Amino acid sequence: MSRECAMLLPRVCAALADPRQPGSDDTCLEKMLDWFRELAAGEPTVKLLQDNPCLTEFFTSMLALPEPNPSVLAFTLRLAGTIAALEGCFQHLQQQKLLARLFGEDGPLNSIVWEDASVRSGWVEGVQSMLQHQPALHFMCNGGGLDVIFTLQGDPSLFVASAASRLLVHMLTLSVGPEMTVPLNAKDCSWPPCAQMIIKHIEDSLQSSSASHIKQSLKLLTILFGSCQAPWTKVLWLGIAKQVEFFLTEDSVQAQHMLADLLLNMARSPVFHDAEGNFWASVTSALEHLTPVQAGPLAVGILRLRQCPQDVRIQALTVLLQPMDCILRAASQPLEYAGLLDESVSDPSAVESLLSSKSSCANLLCQTLAHLEELLSVTCLPVDLPYASLLHSVLTILQFCNGLLIPASPLGSKISQILIGCFRVQRSALDALAALSDRKCCDTVIGSLFDILLAYLESPNTSPTVLKKSFQATSKWLAHLPGMSFFKNQGQTEKTLQDVFLVLQKRLCSPCWEVRDSSLEFLTNLIECLRDQDEFRQSLLSSEVPKLTENLLEDPESYVRASAVTAMGHLAFVTYFFAPESPVTGNQYNKENTMAKLQEILSTDPEGFPRRAVMSIFTMWLEESCTGQLEETEQFVSRVIQTAEHDLDWEVKLGCLELVQVFCIHMFCQFGLPECPYAPVSPAVSSSNHQDEPLRTFCRTNLFSFLFRSLCDCDKPVGQKACDILLALKSHFCRSSVIDSQGSGDLSAEHSIPWLQRTLRQGSLAQNFPTDGGNGVDFQDPESMMLALRTIDLEELHDALNKCSDHVEKSPQSLLEDILATVATTEENEADCY
Amino acid sequence: LFQYCLSGHPTLPCNVLKFKSTTIMLDCGLDMTSTLNFLPLPLVQSPRLSKLPGLVLKDGSTFLDKELKECSGHVFVDSVPEFCLPETELLDLSTVDVILISNYHCMMALPYITEYTGFTGTVYATEPTVQIGRLLMEELVNSIERVPKAQSASTWKNKEVQRLLPAPLKDAVEVSMWKKCYSMPEVNAALSKIQLVGYSQKIELFGAVQVTPLSSGYALGSSNWIIQSHYEKVSYVSGSSLLTTHPQPMDQASLKNSDVLILTGLTQIPTANPDGMVGEFCSNLAMTVRNGGNVLVPCYPSGVIYDLLECLYQYIDSAGLSNVPFYFISPVANSSLEFSQIFAEWLCHNKQTKVYLPEPPFPHAELIQTNKLKHYPSIHGDFSNDFKQPCVVFTGHPSLRFGDVVHFMELWGKSSLNTVIFTEPDFSYLDALAPYQPLAMKCVYCPIDTRLNFIQVSKLLKEVQPLHVVCPEQYTQPPPSQSHRTDLMIDCQPPPMSYRRAEVLTLPYKRRYEKIEIMPELADSLVPLEIKPGISLATVSAVLHTKDNKHVLQLPPKPAQPPSSKKRKRVSDDVPECKPPKPLLSGSIPVEQFVQTLEKHGFSDVKVEDTAKGHIVLLQEAETLIQIEEDSTHIICDNDEPLRVKLRDLVLKFLQKF
Repeated sequence: MSRECAMLLPRVCAALADPRQPGSDDTCLEKMLDWFRELAAGEPTVKLLQDNPCLTEFFTSMLALPEPNPSVLAFTLRLAGTIAALEGCFQHLQQQKLLARLFGEDGPLNSIVWEDASVRSGWVEGVQSMLQHQPALHFMCNGGGLDVIFTLQGDPSLFVASAASRLLVHMLTLSVGPEMTVPLNAKDCSWPPCAQMIIKHIEDSLQSSSASHIKQSLKLLTILFGSCQAPWTKVLWLGIAKQVEFFLTEDSVQAQHMLADLLLNMARSPVFHDAEGNFWASVTSALEHLTPVQAGPLAVGILRLRQCPQDVRIQALTVLLQPMDCILRAASQPLEYAGLLDESVSDPSAVESLLSSKSSCANLLCQTLAHLEELLSVTCLPVDLPYASLLHSVLTILQFCNGLLIPASPLGSKISQILIGCFRVQRSALDALAALSDRKCCDTVIGSLFDILLAYLESPNTSPTVLKKSFQATSKWLAHLPGMSFFKNQGQTEKTLQDVFLVLQKRLCSPCWEVRDSSLEFLTNLIECLRDQDEFRQSLLSSEVPKLTENLLEDPESYVRASAVTAMGHLAFVTYFFAPESPVTGNQYNKENTMAKLQEILSTDPEGFPRRAVMSIFTMWLEESCTGQLEETEQFVSRVIQTAEHDLDWEVKLGCLELVQVFCIHMFCQFGLPECPYAPVSPAVSSSNHQDEPLRTFCRTNLFSFLFRSLCDCDKPVGQKACDILLALKSHFCRSSVIDSQGSGDLSAEHSIPWLQRTLRQGSLAQNFPTDGGNGVDFQDPESMMLALRTIDLEELHDALNKCSDHVEKSPQSLLEDILATVATTEENEADCY
Repeated sequence: LFQYCLSGHPTLPCNVLKFKSTTIMLDCGLDMTSTLNFLPLPLVQSPRLSKLPGLVLKDGSTFLDKELKECSGHVFVDSVPEFCLPETELLDLSTVDVILISNYHCMMALPYITEYTGFTGTVYATEPTVQIGRLLMEELVNSIERVPKAQSASTWKNKEVQRLLPAPLKDAVEVSMWKKCYSMPEVNAALSKIQLVGYSQKIELFGAVQVTPLSSGYALGSSNWIIQSHYEKVSYVSGSSLLTTHPQPMDQASLKNSDVLILTGLTQIPTANPDGMVGEFCSNLAMTVRNGGNVLVPCYPSGVIYDLLECLYQYIDSAGLSNVPFYFISPVANSSLEFSQIFAEWLCHNKQTKVYLPEPPFPHAELIQTNKLKHYPSIHGDFSNDFKQPCVVFTGHPSLRFGDVVHFMELWGKSSLNTVIFTEPDFSYLDALAPYQPLAMKCVYCPIDTRLNFIQVSKLLKEVQPLHVVCPEQYTQPPPSQSHRTDLMIDCQPPPMSYRRAEVLTLPYKRRYEKIEIMPELADSLVPLEIKPGISLATVSAVLHTKDNKHVLQLPPKPAQPPSSKKRKRVSDDVPECKPPKPLLSGSIPVEQFVQTLEKHGFSDVKVEDTAKGHIVLLQEAETLIQIEEDSTHIICDNDEPLRVKLRDLVLKFLQKF
């Protein structure tokens, strides 16, 4: 602890313990606790208490108050716990007889303040912090503390109850310790006394008739198995397995959903991976007895496990596929389609009744679809999903939802009645459908898949959010089209693409801006994925879509304009960058027109989003070398810098700096300089012409002026980015021209580099920047710029910029001063009152 | 409670309710789908239509070629279009006491009812309903009358001939009842019988029932009606909407506690969400105009057009359509646009508040001011000078059989750049387009129907909980084209009672009570007697006076005085002779005490016999029987009147008199 802090601390403690003061700001108290945690970690000895007697005094005076402020008392308990975590401090506090008054029976737990949940929460957290060593554990167990914690498990405040459970788990693991050897069965196990008390409590609760006690113990076990994977947990399980099994089959306790969590946490623990102990039998039983909604999360968890018996895995998969199977069977004539499953795990009528009830159908389907989507996103799933049938089932759900399907069974009619127009299920099914696009599916359904997607895209009843999801699913499937045999049938592909563009055309004219926006995003996605495909390019260019996209550059909604800019930027790849023959378009989509339009948006659009979009498009074009020959590119960059450097939006400037960065790399590549400053330079390219040309180009494009101005930008990310670029340039140029660096002293006075340096330090370049001549720096003069790069301490600037802006205010001293200041202000205010 | 169903069209209803001696007609909608069987009436000579070939039968012979023409495989009657009227034979319409109109679309048959059936009653409707209804009728009459047709076809209606015709003419029902359009004098005469009403106004009908219009949220001035007596309540829900469009929102609360709820006028396109359709309308309009094409919107001159113009007002700038002219052509275009702005009290809250700013409630005023929307009475005159393309034209009639729309169909039909967008749901767009085939013009079907859909109905019924629901049979089964959509029908408990055209329903409700008033003087004279705790009885002797379906109990007239003068005795003064009423007796006779009393009064040989119903007291000496039963007492003695009177008085001592 610094001297300043040590001097401030007694006053702070006195202020906090003063009952006349209102409770201090909670965040300040939290920060103080953090600080003490750091202190304790830095110096884990009793010195902390000895050097700062004010702490002990603080505890004493807080405990002496008849009506302490609950939040300060809670803080006191947590602070005491943090300090008592050090064994030396613990002893010290015990000698002072403070521990019993803080956490024992003489403390707040028997006073009226205990009714305040924040005090109970502070007590639990304090005890949890303190319990880092055996003496503390003995203190708690022997002092009757355990009973208090058992009671707190059922606390009306959920925070306290949950903290109490976590505390018990902590005590149990601390008590057993890591070294305990595992006996063969539960009866032979000699638990340490504290652990024994907790385990007995768990077992008694599980066997009690009180549902709340049972639930509390199940919660505790769930936390335990989730956080502790020591071998002894298996012994614990042996003692409770029967009871858990009983709960699975007996639903009087209503704790089924907790059992699923418990078993899942256990399944993740390597302790239970071997087949001993009947654990997997319990999992099987759970999959069988829990309702599909309860068993769903357990099934997904099991399917993601690497180590698990195959039969359990298959059973979990069956649970998950059951609703999808039911959908297939409900939609088709008996015997027409076999469904997904040969046999079901639990009673299929349970799923059927859930699906035919209005309140549960959408829930079950959304949950199942979300689980399937989750599984589809796992790269190496240990089990094979029946992709084709799943796809069929998801498509059936989508058909149910828009009323296109004529159901063949009474169940189908009921489901259809419930699902028609149900946006929630539509969204989940479209997400699942999109996820299925990554998997190899049989091509025969592709035709009907696109028919269904097009029906959604086409229907005026599709809500904007569902439409967005439909677009996402369509673009994903279209992106995979070239790999499918469906694609080889040119007629079909052409027809599909034409239909897609026809509907896109209509959506681009929608009066709802969200629809126009997602339509443009969809177009951008499509171009990104399919721009190399001739069929795609031809269909796109022969539609009205490019023209409509261009119109949307003038949309009244700025988000739409931004998306239109992005789409136009991508469209350029199709219309001219990579299409030399430019088949249909004539000259209306030439590069100059588009570039001029985007330039105009960059300089005139009143909103930031479209301008930012222009910057990223320009950067993308530059990255893909689409801006033409060297000279053209140079002019292009120069124009962009000229426009962007006066922009008021920092993200636009940042975008421009990214463009500058790409331009620099581009230039170095052009002149054979390696991109990476540390790469060896081949002697062939290190002639002075090759080194000077980039520098001269940068000067001509006014790049340095922009970079140095940006260094002093009021928005820090801009300054940081500019500094990074300048550092990179410095490492390029200064390394390759070591010999030229002599004589810098002469130049410095003449070109006012010291002035630049000074100004940069003051951070006021933007205001004082000379426009021309005078005392100013000539940013277009290569030599001055070389000198500037060499002279200015960019590294120091870099460090300064990277410091957090509140690095001064963040110190503990400032924290303590803040607390005192608050007190002072209240005192002043008090005086004012009289 | 009877309901006569005169129309089979669920959204153009015409029902007659017989309720407590009143005969109430609920709406008189006119089914205009019959006009689809006729050739369009072109405003200017159409070479294409006039050259259409006559009908050729299978054997190659021509048939009725003056009356029937063929176009792209469809047969049309070449005559003035005719309309299918509500049933007029099911009951004598001259007995109808009142007609209640729910909205301007449901009154188009009014002149046929009021001017042709001997109707002498009153019609009730709100002011916007009447004014806009008049505009619709005026437009209809005008569109048909300005294109006089020399010939009138009627031979095809002959049943023997009709049988030979191809569908759909062969299957057209009751063609003999189809009528030509009424005239303007008839419209005026019909409208003069209307009495204006306001929402929640209570109108007494002959003292028997009370009718009240409630806002239905569907159109300007549209109403649902409550028809109630003291103990019965019938709600008539026709054309209601829960969407936030321009009219005042629907009043649902007042529909609660109905014994019977008659439900008509639900959306005709339950699968189309109006918001989605408006989006579709805008997108298609913009796409057409951007490609240099014209857009034709066949529509009514009032209603959804106000909402469409409002949407376009917000959309045209964003879609870059500011320079595209919008034309609204109708003989009543001007009145319609202006009327909409003056019915502030009938508008939704948002629009009402605008009036106080003061601003016009509908933004089409601004469209007109800025010359973006122009309106003309017809294509002749100013319009032909101002007409610029590409443009958007709103005009009638949505059936495409008459009105200015026929001209634009002929003019623009040949180019695939143009689009016709159907927004009115009343006509099948394919049937409407049939006489224009082959057609190059694009056709888009965006029916916008804001009336209740089945989900909303199910919520409404849950909310208002009527005892019984009565609805057209179409609402009790899925639409024929989508038989699997069981969600597209009314689902309620008990299941709704359905009706079809020309059916008479006995509504499932029996009247059980009637209210009778009692005059204060008479009430004063009553002496109630408590016979059980909380229950008192009094005998009432009064005269029941019934007039105007009100029943009043009055004091009975005093006993007739002997005539003071013998000279004159007028028959009219003769009041019914009225004896003072005998008192009523109650109570029971305790046999033992009665016997004791008899003995006290000197009857010594009293014997009592028990019978199944009571007792018999025998006075042997006097040869007299007193039969005492639960509800009667008889004294049987032969020719000894004094003894009988004595015994009677003894019996009466045990009973209470009142």
